[in-house]
Amino acid sequence: MPNIAPLGPEIFLAAIGCAVIIADLIWKEQRYVVPVIAVTGAIATILMVTQTHGEAFGGMYNADLFGAFFKVLCLLGFIMGVLISIKNLAITGLTREGEYYGLMTFACVGMMVMSSAADLMVLYLGLELMALSVYCLVGLLKTDPRSSEAAIKYFLLGAFASCLLLFGLSYVYGTTGTTNMSAIAKAAANSGLSSNPAFLMGLGLVVIAFAFKVAAAPFHMWTPDAYEGAATPVTAFMSVGPKAAGFAALGRVLIEAFPAAQANWSAALTIMAFLTMGIGNITALCQTSIKRMLAYSSIAHAGYALLGLLPGTSEGMSATMNYLFIYLFMNMGAFAVVILLQHKGVIGEALEDYKGLAKNHPVAAGLMLIFMFSLTGIPPTAGFIGKFSLFMSALHAGYTGIVISAVIFSAISAYFYLRVIMLMYMYEPEKEIALATSGGLTAVLAMALAGVIWLGCYPAQLVAITSKALLGQ
Amino acid sequence: MDLGFPILSTLIFLPIIGAAALLLIPRSKQSDVPRLALLVTIVEFLASLPLWFQFDKTTHLMQFVERKAWIPSWNVHYYLGIDGISILFVLLSTLITVLCVLVSWTAIQEKVKEFYAALLFLEGAMIGVFCSLDFFLFYIFWEAMLIPMYLIIGVWGGPGRLYAAVKFFLYTLIGSVLMLVGIITLYFYGGHTFDILKLSAQSYPLKLQMILFWAFFAAFAVKVPMWPVHTWLPDAHTEAPAAGSVILAGILIKMGAYGFLRFSMPMLPQATQAMMVPMLVLSVIAIIYGAVICLGQDDMKRLIAYSSVSHMGFVTLGMFALNYQGVEGAILQMVNHGVVTGALFLSVGIIYEQTHTREIADYGGLATVTPVFAAFFLVFTMAAVGLPGLNGFIGEFLIILGGFTAKTWAGFLAATGIIVGAGYMLWLYQRVFFMEVNPKVSSVRDLNCREVVTLLPMLLLIFWIGIYPNVFLSYMHTSVNHLLHQVNGSAGCAQINPGMVLETALRIIGG
Repeated sequence: MPNIAPLGPEIFLAAIGCAVIIADLIWKEQRYVVPVIAVTGAIATILMVTQTHGEAFGGMYNADLFGAFFKVLCLLGFIMGVLISIKNLAITGLTREGEYYGLMTFACVGMMVMSSAADLMVLYLGLELMALSVYCLVGLLKTDPRSSEAAIKYFLLGAFASCLLLFGLSYVYGTTGTTNMSAIAKAAANSGLSSNPAFLMGLGLVVIAFAFKVAAAPFHMWTPDAYEGAATPVTAFMSVGPKAAGFAALGRVLIEAFPAAQANWSAALTIMAFLTMGIGNITALCQTSIKRMLAYSSIAHAGYALLGLLPGTSEGMSATMNYLFIYLFMNMGAFAVVILLQHKGVIGEALEDYKGLAKNHPVAAGLMLIFMFSLTGIPPTAGFIGKFSLFMSALHAGYTGIVISAVIFSAISAYFYLRVIMLMYMYEPEKEIALATSGGLTAVLAMALAGVIWLGCYPAQLVAITSKALLGQ
Repeated sequence: MDLGFPILSTLIFLPIIGAAALLLIPRSKQSDVPRLALLVTIVEFLASLPLWFQFDKTTHLMQFVERKAWIPSWNVHYYLGIDGISILFVLLSTLITVLCVLVSWTAIQEKVKEFYAALLFLEGAMIGVFCSLDFFLFYIFWEAMLIPMYLIIGVWGGPGRLYAAVKFFLYTLIGSVLMLVGIITLYFYGGHTFDILKLSAQSYPLKLQMILFWAFFAAFAVKVPMWPVHTWLPDAHTEAPAAGSVILAGILIKMGAYGFLRFSMPMLPQATQAMMVPMLVLSVIAIIYGAVICLGQDDMKRLIAYSSVSHMGFVTLGMFALNYQGVEGAILQMVNHGVVTGALFLSVGIIYEQTHTREIADYGGLATVTPVFAAFFLVFTMAAVGLPGLNGFIGEFLIILGGFTAKTWAGFLAATGIIVGAGYMLWLYQRVFFMEVNPKVSSVRDLNCREVVTLLPMLLLIFWIGIYPNVFLSYMHTSVNHLLHQVNGSAGCAQINPGMVLETALRIIGG
């Protein structure tokens, strides 16, 4: 009997996923039972994650601090995702709650597996579990053609990326003879594989596949459509959870399995980071739908997060971790406000709808203001701390050019974030907009606000945790 | 000097807490908002007075120091303190904010609590900028100021506010982020610390110094603003509401010059010396260009805004003269400019509230209609012109003296700027207050009690600094000496007796 204790939280959450589906069959009328089970289950899982350490299955699965950090991040994203969904599902007419919350739970299990995978096969399993669940989530709004279009696009490109990943992994396995990450690093170092074309080909395909998953340019094409077509809570969830898990896996693969080829992949990632920040920020300037704008903004933020991976140092990785953790709060907060404006018959996605919001709904506008400034990276909000730690780690490793372009792009991004603020505060309202407030949304907004302010003013704990949770410790 | 309790933290966080408290007031009790804001700012001003009385003028060391670990992993500290360079700005900030609340009393009718909350938040951040001794902390406050200022211009400003607000924000942000890259670079070269005093005490290779000088220049020059990155200022000053213009002119643009004094000069002495001539050239261009542009303005606020470009040219000229008279004159002139231009914007704000026009052509003959207002404005105009006996004279005199000592042409050209300055200010006064009474302003009432109270402190300061500047100069002697020592090194530091310069100045005033 192998030691399955390190997998405890994942098994538990998978069981919660099944319970959610069964509960939906039993309590069809009580709409609150299912989300309550999902949220309590996730909270319990967080507690379990913090108590679980160790390796399982002969080093294929490693429940280390690095993995635990990303698992907590994904679970927090999951909890917020569930809470913002409760009322919105009723508004958008999405009645398949069992499937909805079940798929979300399984996606979260997939992310947790990805965070801890120390073997390429396990990594692939986690990735597919996550990806398949999210494809379905995107397409769940069956009556909305945008949703189906988004799901098909996302599925086709995602499946393509998975193929590339498998193809790349086969090269890596062919040249090193193993799928274990640390064994790959050893084999590569021993036989000088860092200049072997087949090995580098495999590495390149792996990087491209993950670039698809985290929506890095030029492999970001699916993102705006998928984000716009999916139900808004799904978009919110997608923009934080799968992205963080993608970065967790990419970071672990690059640093643990391919340290020898750092010069190669960091050159590729530098170009990608530049393109991602540029395309994301500049395209966001001319969007008219807030969901699409946030989609491009999330592409841009993936570009910033890539900065931390470039040096291949633990300092850089911990900067990316800081950033993704902070991004969770600010992006969830922004999406929660978008959901707040969504009503039966009112889509509330046009930027025009935000005109004069501050006059009738000062609290909602004030929250959006804080999240927008945080996404821009203006202190004392948390967004600044995240960017600062990324810039610091990249500068330390000597990547001055890309950091300068990053700060210029982030100044450019101020324009479209400020436009939301301008619409809310500096225009007169054109139509009456009611807010779809609910307990879940209020809780998420409170969590996001607390996260953005607290991490902005006192980031010492987060920084200490991420620098401790580095790989190999 | 230590008062036994964290006075600087109190000064920073009292207004921020006040801002949060204002936001909690229900909309039905909106009339209480200005009162509470006034109370907070007055308490804040009174709380800042101990700095003035307890300050030890005999040392260049930081005083009222507070230091706590903040982010240990990055070696960031919550580190506050003031010296002779920063104390006057802290006091000026607390005073000007009180006046800003008074001038907004009836002018702000919409989103009232948001306005005063932004104002108070801004005050806390401004004081934070002047007190920070940790570069990271400094940057936080420096950037945090953008948020309330953007809102103040954009929400409560004039017709072109949207354009002006975004322009202000983007200009300053681009400058600041480049400085951020410089700060982080310095952090790694300076031994992984953000401690400003430690960073100033080390020497860096010249090439690095030059790169950092330009990185810091990007942030500070935009804020000052130096020519040619001044173009945000006329829009922002013109479109901001009165309180916003006063804070912009009185405090915010001083921060650029303060940044040069606190960071560029002591940390990058060789680069500063190497860049002295280009900086002097930019300053002289700003002085003359700003003054000439003023002659062509037909909008009162825009005219005063461009005069700021010219006056701040004097400040940078004095700083980069890199001698005792120049630097002291520059610091004093920063205070003077804050007082005088602040007062001018307050005055324009007061009259705009009634007439709702800034066009000079819409005015005329106000001296007959509002004699008290005209008298106040006359003093402010004369102070801006640099009439001996008023504060503007002392600063400009010292700066030109410093300019002549450093480079003769700089002093000479700067002096011509003063002549043009007299021209546009007096012409403005003539067109607004003399000549036939314009029917559009014939029914304007004179200053009421609140407005007199708003302007009076500025009037008193103008006379006080003008007649007995030593009170103010005595705060900076030791710190300026130390600063020049850092810039010029022990060899290049001219041994000038501070008293001597002052005596010369006073003799000239006395005739």
